[in-house]
Amino acid sequence: MNEIEVTLDLALKHGLTEEEFERVKKFLGRIPNYTELGCYSVMWSEHCSYKNSIALLKTLPRSGGRLLVQAGEENAGLVDIGDGFAVAFKIESHNHPSAVEPYQGAATGVGGILRDIFTMGARPIAALDSLRFGDLKNPKTKFLLNGVVKGIGDYGNCFGVPTVAGEVYFEEAYQDNCLVNAMAVGIVKTNRIAKAVAKGKGNPVFIVGSSTGRDGIHGATFASEELSDETESRRSNVQVGDPFAEKLLLEATLEIIKKDLIVGIQDMGAAGIICSTSEMSARGNSGMRIDLDLVPLREDNMSAYEILLSESQERMLVVGKKGCEEEIKKVFEKWDLQCLKIGEVIENDLLEFYKDGKLEAKLPASSLVLGGGAPVYYREWKEPEYFKQLSSIDLSNLPEIRDLNAALLKLLSSPNITNKNWIYHQYDYTVGTNTVIQPGCDAAVIRIKKTNKAIAVKTDCNGRYVYLNPRRGTMIAVAESARNVACTGAIPIAITNCLNFGNPYDKEIYWQFKEAIEGMKEACIVFDTPVTGGNVSFYNESKNHTVYPTPVIGMLGLIENVIHITSSYFKDEGDLIYLLGETAPEIGGSEFLKEFFNKVEGDIPQINLKFEKHLIDTLISLIQKGFIKSAHDLSDGGLAVAIAECCIMNRKKKIGAEINININFRNDFFLFSESQSRILITVNTHFKNDVEKYLNDANIPFEMIGTVGGGKLKINNLIDLSLEELDDAYFNSFERLMESK
Amino acid sequence: MKFGVVIFPGSNCDYDTYYFLKFVLGVETIFLFHKENSLQGADVIILPGGFSYGDYLRTGAIAKFSPIMKEVINFANKGGLVIGICNGFQILCESGLLPGALTKNNTLKFVCYSQNLKVVNNKTFFTNNYQMNEVISMPIAHGEGNYIIDNDGLKDLYDNDQIILKYCDEFGNITQESNPNGSIDNIAGICNKNGNVFGLMPHPERCGEPIFGNTDGIKIFESILNK
Repeated sequence: MNEIEVTLDLALKHGLTEEEFERVKKFLGRIPNYTELGCYSVMWSEHCSYKNSIALLKTLPRSGGRLLVQAGEENAGLVDIGDGFAVAFKIESHNHPSAVEPYQGAATGVGGILRDIFTMGARPIAALDSLRFGDLKNPKTKFLLNGVVKGIGDYGNCFGVPTVAGEVYFEEAYQDNCLVNAMAVGIVKTNRIAKAVAKGKGNPVFIVGSSTGRDGIHGATFASEELSDETESRRSNVQVGDPFAEKLLLEATLEIIKKDLIVGIQDMGAAGIICSTSEMSARGNSGMRIDLDLVPLREDNMSAYEILLSESQERMLVVGKKGCEEEIKKVFEKWDLQCLKIGEVIENDLLEFYKDGKLEAKLPASSLVLGGGAPVYYREWKEPEYFKQLSSIDLSNLPEIRDLNAALLKLLSSPNITNKNWIYHQYDYTVGTNTVIQPGCDAAVIRIKKTNKAIAVKTDCNGRYVYLNPRRGTMIAVAESARNVACTGAIPIAITNCLNFGNPYDKEIYWQFKEAIEGMKEACIVFDTPVTGGNVSFYNESKNHTVYPTPVIGMLGLIENVIHITSSYFKDEGDLIYLLGETAPEIGGSEFLKEFFNKVEGDIPQINLKFEKHLIDTLISLIQKGFIKSAHDLSDGGLAVAIAECCIMNRKKKIGAEINININFRNDFFLFSESQSRILITVNTHFKNDVEKYLNDANIPFEMIGTVGGGKLKINNLIDLSLEELDDAYFNSFERLMESK
Repeated sequence: MKFGVVIFPGSNCDYDTYYFLKFVLGVETIFLFHKENSLQGADVIILPGGFSYGDYLRTGAIAKFSPIMKEVINFANKGGLVIGICNGFQILCESGLLPGALTKNNTLKFVCYSQNLKVVNNKTFFTNNYQMNEVISMPIAHGEGNYIIDNDGLKDLYDNDQIILKYCDEFGNITQESNPNGSIDNIAGICNKNGNVFGLMPHPERCGEPIFGNTDGIKIFESILNK
């Protein structure tokens, strides 16, 4: 098979650089054969090796607190929530496959992240999706959105995980390169955590689940290039998902872990067998001898190269305990899944792959992996000119928008703000019987059965902010996600991240990346929310567009007692409405500026992380004292949008509000400013004095701005709208946009 | 009274149902794996929601061949109580225990939200704890809930009082707008002629605890316990 001569030219075609090809030769002490070249090519791709990001990622706070494993150690992050339970969670991108084949691209994105969770022994209890597309008026956008939503829905619904939250933004910058980031959250007993490790000489290695085909070969390499006209011909790089097989794999996997039959287990995602064999071996300082003839195939005449690199879905590599072989097989038989022993663990740092009795590849396991032999680069950066230019633009002289009723309705109908029920009604968000707060609110809340606890989860990132100011924009992404979970009563405890950027070899892009990481680091330290892991996706660009730098934050919050779960909408007539925090004329990068002036520019809102942390702590105390009936974060669209949402969010019990608020600058700027660190709460009049005293003592600026009640939303003499008008704009606009030709 | 929850490959509401029965209602509950040949003395059998065998063919079309279904059919024919929820309803129709069929939603989209329902027959084993014409709400989550049946069959359903739940608006009006899937006459749940086999698309097990702000589902099971 290996007659193909390996040359530098061939290595370059495989995406390796000359320097990297030399590195391979040094590790092997010889020129690699064709199969080995393929292995290094995928393992050292950006997607698997994080070669251009890992040096910076290591500067993030990645341990401490409740973390049970360090970032990058295992398939996903793991956080102790007490009572003998831990939460596993992680977010990952599937951008390029989704841009080419939205349905399967998104579906397999969900499948991949779910496997990362249940290989740790955790049962998935929630899925989230953070999506970015181009202009919604563009038919291509609708095509992509339809496919992605159906792909996510069909996979998650069949598998049986509730898809409970996420976000969707539409910006021209994502026109050619949509972002599809899937997050999954699972729950595991702390004494049943599985590891992604191979060790113990002679322990059997099994491949379980689906057969191996030619699908997805070089998917990881594909993900590590820019999209081009040729990309359309890359459909065969996209894998095909089978959620039913995955569901069986879930049950079988949890069963072998529960029965304590295995040493380690890892999902086969990007780079297939070569990835899981090398990563598991490297973690255990051991190696494997694998007979590729024993791998069940679904196509004829597959070469060693193809078998090793295939990204066929719904497969796992299992290292069993010697002597437990039959019991392991019995479990997979019960679930009608294949389970074949393909080799065993050996002591040396060596992977040997045989086919037809011939040694097809022989590689030091550690040389392939991140943290081992994979290259690590410090790229150069340069501050782009646009940064100072756009952020210094003075917006104070924009013509004032006077019809604020119309303005509010327009914002409530804008694709970025309007309710996405058209999307989440296609997702089963109640399966699992844990979803307490459903999609559409600040964060989703999932109760943990057999405890008094619940978790809150949310993804956040305003790409426009990060583009205009990568460092501060990323701080805001962390702050907003923390504020979101806090509004449900949860203490923010840890994050996962999905870093979507352009080409890291472009110095200006790398500057965005570096700045974002530094902002994230600062914010995570202040909020005490370590980074448990995540994913980097570079090369999100095409000829015409580079995406906005989009470091999506997946936040996990913990609610110690379910009685503290708080929802965002107004509850009862007569309740007092308070605005916590201060409002400044900050409309740089805002939805208002984009919607009314079609501009993405200006200085984005300021963020004082220490104040934000204090605000969040204060809010949680108020909630725990039982003083608060509702809490809602202010974000895109500012105060007016947030109040409107509070009136109508509970569609079965809409309720109006009468607001009289002090306005000390332009009305339009005031109502739609996106100043950070602001929260709307409602309080029963009975607790008025308690709440005000507490806020005064805590030194939190606040204003009692009105009362709940009536069938209208009135704000000073500026806004006077019926609940029906608000409801129609907020809940029906997305469907109208999707269905308009 | 003992409940048996069947696990088909691809069932994904099996544990939800089990948890609700055992830990919320506190009744004896067991799992019945689809490869088994015995109902282990269960008094009520529940076919839970999910995607049995992936539902890549017609929903429920393969599940009916599972060994356990032979036992379930015998049990039902002898008058035993059987409930099919969502995918379970689809399996009951495929197995011939209930008339009609469930086809793709007329919107061609999966649909998930809290749906208003009208109890149009409260003289059954499964609904005797509700008021006649009571308007309740339950979560729905399905891609194929569009119930169809021929005219004679529909007439039979009415003649024998087999229609139990209908989709409606918040005031109990049976309207086209309140029909989530195109189901004929807004049918959401029916029983067989003998009244011992009940199929419904909504999920009562998802609305049985106060934490979800809706406990309308409990009465289905309380009705059975009242029997």
